[in-house]
Amino acid sequence: MDAIILQILNGLDKGSAYALIALGLTLIFGTLGVVNFAHGALFMIGAFCAVTLSRILTISHTIVDETQKDFLGNPLKVDVPYVYDWFGEATGNVIIDWAVPLSILFAIPVMILIGVIMERGLIKHFYKRPHADQILVTFGLAIVLQEVIKYFYGANPIPTPAPDAFRGSFDFGLMLGFDANQIIYPYWRLVYFAFAAVIIGAVFAFLQFTTFGMVVRAGMADRETVGLLGINIDKRFTIMFGLAAAVAGLAGVMYTPINSPNYHMGMDFLVLSFVVVVVGGMGSLPGAVLAGFLLGILESFASMGAVIDLLPGINQIIIYLVAIIILLTRPRGLMGRKGVMED
Amino acid sequence: MSKTTFTRRGMLKTGAVTGAGLALPTYLSAAGHEGFTNAPTGGTVTLGFNVPQTGPYADEGADELRAYELAVEHLNGEGDGGMMNTFSSKALQGNGILGKKVEYVTGDTQTKSDAARASAKSMIEKDGAVMITGGSSSGVAVAVQALCQEAGIIFMAGLTHSNDTTGKDKRANGFRHFFNSYMSGAALAPVLANAYGTERRAYHLTADYNWGYTTEEAVKSSTEAMGWETVAAVKTPLTQTDFSSYIAPVLQSGADTLVLNHYGGNMVNSLTNAVQFGLRDKQVEGKDFQIIVPLYSRLMAKGAGANVKGIFGSTNWHWSLQDEGSKTFVKSFGTKYGFPPSQAAHTCYVQALLYADAVERAGSFAPCAVVDALEGFEFDGMGNGPTLYRADDHQCFKDVLVVKGKENPTSEFDLLEIVEVTPVDQVTYQPDHPQFAGGALGSCNNGA
Repeated sequence: MDAIILQILNGLDKGSAYALIALGLTLIFGTLGVVNFAHGALFMIGAFCAVTLSRILTISHTIVDETQKDFLGNPLKVDVPYVYDWFGEATGNVIIDWAVPLSILFAIPVMILIGVIMERGLIKHFYKRPHADQILVTFGLAIVLQEVIKYFYGANPIPTPAPDAFRGSFDFGLMLGFDANQIIYPYWRLVYFAFAAVIIGAVFAFLQFTTFGMVVRAGMADRETVGLLGINIDKRFTIMFGLAAAVAGLAGVMYTPINSPNYHMGMDFLVLSFVVVVVGGMGSLPGAVLAGFLLGILESFASMGAVIDLLPGINQIIIYLVAIIILLTRPRGLMGRKGVMED
Repeated sequence: MSKTTFTRRGMLKTGAVTGAGLALPTYLSAAGHEGFTNAPTGGTVTLGFNVPQTGPYADEGADELRAYELAVEHLNGEGDGGMMNTFSSKALQGNGILGKKVEYVTGDTQTKSDAARASAKSMIEKDGAVMITGGSSSGVAVAVQALCQEAGIIFMAGLTHSNDTTGKDKRANGFRHFFNSYMSGAALAPVLANAYGTERRAYHLTADYNWGYTTEEAVKSSTEAMGWETVAAVKTPLTQTDFSSYIAPVLQSGADTLVLNHYGGNMVNSLTNAVQFGLRDKQVEGKDFQIIVPLYSRLMAKGAGANVKGIFGSTNWHWSLQDEGSKTFVKSFGTKYGFPPSQAAHTCYVQALLYADAVERAGSFAPCAVVDALEGFEFDGMGNGPTLYRADDHQCFKDVLVVKGKENPTSEFDLLEIVEVTPVDQVTYQPDHPQFAGGALGSCNNGA
């Protein structure tokens, strides 16, 4: 029982990342009709927003410490961050320690800007082209973005830890009456799950309860009629692309303490997120979220020792296996609408 | 009366046939001169540096390339000469190799066996490389080593830690200076017994490929021999990025020690996840929970940040060693590039010098002559103490370093501290040891 609870918890944070990326993918597909293979790269760029802010906050001047030697035997040059000079060492340390949560504020405008530039600069030229062309150009864009990041940040993972207050883990087992250490769960993963829930809720609320959202939903249902009513739906869809980029970026920012970011982390999530979108139903926002969590939890269960012993290799194929079963039984996915990608 | 007609088509045909006829012997002579593949002609000799320039190990590959460029500089008599000043053999004179100026070409392994073979093949066939060296993966090393054996080229392996490189997949034309999984296990086990006692229950997470298997086997057998129990050994996919599903059950198993048989990005992520889950703050039956990383790399440890603090592992070499060879190399490398070399850079630099020295001593670039010169060669002054290139399997035998993540690093390079220099006798094994069973060196191949 404790193992099952543990794997459900594990699946929730993985599912949160899938759900956030799939939500953005579905927003773009539902509004602009574009299959955006560069969406994983947006997740990765979001993570690197956190890395960038960490580096900005630790911009330093150098002082020479005569009492210590560097690797060549010269007096050691010690970097002192400017935030120490401005706010004192204690406050400076707190600011640097909270770099990842602070990056949320930094990433939102950056990601919206990148999303709008991406849409206006490249993707809008491919609206009337076949889906295959869209996939090729966005996949190419993803590779370019990945290489740009590698050029500036290198190929190695870059540690970007959570604030000290969120390090360590919480003993769920004790709370549920199990022995100590049976169900432990890191604090930051709980934060990630809660953060994902808030973002998903905010996106749905934005679409459901604002005039802007209503127009967007109307445009998703019948773009032509909304245009005939004199509404500039293209402009709103561009903003939605920016919003989807921000959602992916925020998912990336908050993921950095879970796994040290590197330039190809977007690709690791991209393929799985597409499977999530297809399983959830192309164009269905609730479907994307539901499938994200469902597949995240299933993936966790498939990694259990007892399951692998029974079905070796199942941990690597479970998501695709479930996708095949669902598409065979429900060809439009869990919550897919009639007519989407069926022409 | 004869009539001669020159047509455009006829001229082209004749030209093509003549050109091909003239080119063929040139091509054959490039490969077959002096009876071995790519025998150097003229005043230069070309070496092929096959390192990961793209992909996840690109940073490690870049460091290897820096080391090779430094080695070429020193071989050609430029710079401060580096380890040529401390190397026990004095055959190298700083005038290239056998008087030929050293030039090099590079290939990108991408840390993929097929790509690495293709780049090595291209350097051999198109660029005339007489020796191939480098790499950051055992899969790549084994694949390129086999290719070099077939082509009649010497292969001086870069960073490869699997037992199989000089075990079941060993080849007569291939040589490894880097240590291996068995040596890691043999060096680590006594230190772990001292630090954590002989009654431990270990849980292994192992990367699901060749290197992972040999490392798991080596650490398991060494730790079990001193009384530890292995509770479980779980394979993790090489492409895994989030290890939470694998780490969460560790405490439930009753284990008090986690061994991460992971390297590179896998190691960074699994260690980060394990620390996140608070494993190091836990106690199991009164014992503090411990994590072990059998193969440490400073470049990779950097990615795990503060998570490496206090965690034991092993390494082939570290820039903080205080022997004359290491100090000289660190000074050369550090002065040129502004930071200390990695263990990958060290092994690659040493391999380049060892090859050049063997050619000088043999008086020939012919692979079989080089093999003769390297087999059973004993040397010193290269950073690991007295070292033997064993003839039986072409593996270097030397001291091994047991290291620990430093608690209070003074710089971004100061991540590991040396806990023990394990003497070579403790990590030496018989050539027919079960962990190295199967395969045979075969005969050296001059190619051509």
